[in-house]
Amino acid sequence: MKIKYKLDKGTLYIYLIGELDECSAQTARDKIDGLFTEIIGISRVIFNLYGLTFMDSTGIGMLIGRYKKLKKMKVDTFIENPTTQVEKIIEVSGLYQIMPKV
Amino acid sequence: MFNKATITFLSISQNEAFARNAVASFMLPLNPTLSVLSDVKTAVSEAVTNAIVHGYPDSVGDIELTIILSDGKLHIEIKDYGVGIESVDDALEPFYTTKAENERSGMGFTVMKSFMDEFSVSSRLNEGTTVTLIKYVNENNA
Repeated sequence: MKIKYKLDKGTLYIYLIGELDECSAQTARDKIDGLFTEIIGISRVIFNLYGLTFMDSTGIGMLIGRYKKLKKMKVDTFIENPTTQVEKIIEVSGLYQIMPKV
Repeated sequence: MFNKATITFLSISQNEAFARNAVASFMLPLNPTLSVLSDVKTAVSEAVTNAIVHGYPDSVGDIELTIILSDGKLHIEIKDYGVGIESVDDALEPFYTTKAENERSGMGFTVMKSFMDEFSVSSRLNEGTTVTLIKYVNENNA
């Protein structure tokens, strides 16, 4: 899977592209955490899931892990543009309760 | 229509995508809706991930995937010969995980249950675990 990002007025947009499962989660986790240390001045994070063609509950675990990390940094986390399959698993897991959709 | 396929593969994480895409390919002649296809792919991915991560935590072993299509029912079995589950009742609880430190969500079985029409799991310690997933498919589209 690929990860792209863009910083716009303090909002860090993280684009997850490809398939997020147990096989790809560790690399994704390391890359994203790298962004949190490299980039200074993040006031909120938005995960853009438009390019995410598949995600299972391992991906949910990875996203919750990033939420917990950012919460300690007092940064709010959001989700935008999930595909239908990804949205369904987000809803089943209740992820929107901690990472609202924008 | 009746059809059957059995695939045995190793418990390495590269095979998660292989297994879910193999099931999707098996389903293609049925002309499934995108929603049915992604429900099944997600549930298979959960079961295979469980077998890899929890069934064989410290080793690599065989995972057997059996897919049977019969009378509008797609029957999928994912079987491992790993360590087994100590308490299936606990494992079925949402958010229950034995590996919280690895950021596991504990939602695997909940997702399988929500995405499939029927679901069951049987396990014996040190013998392995079998997960059965059933989805009703509309064969009239085929």
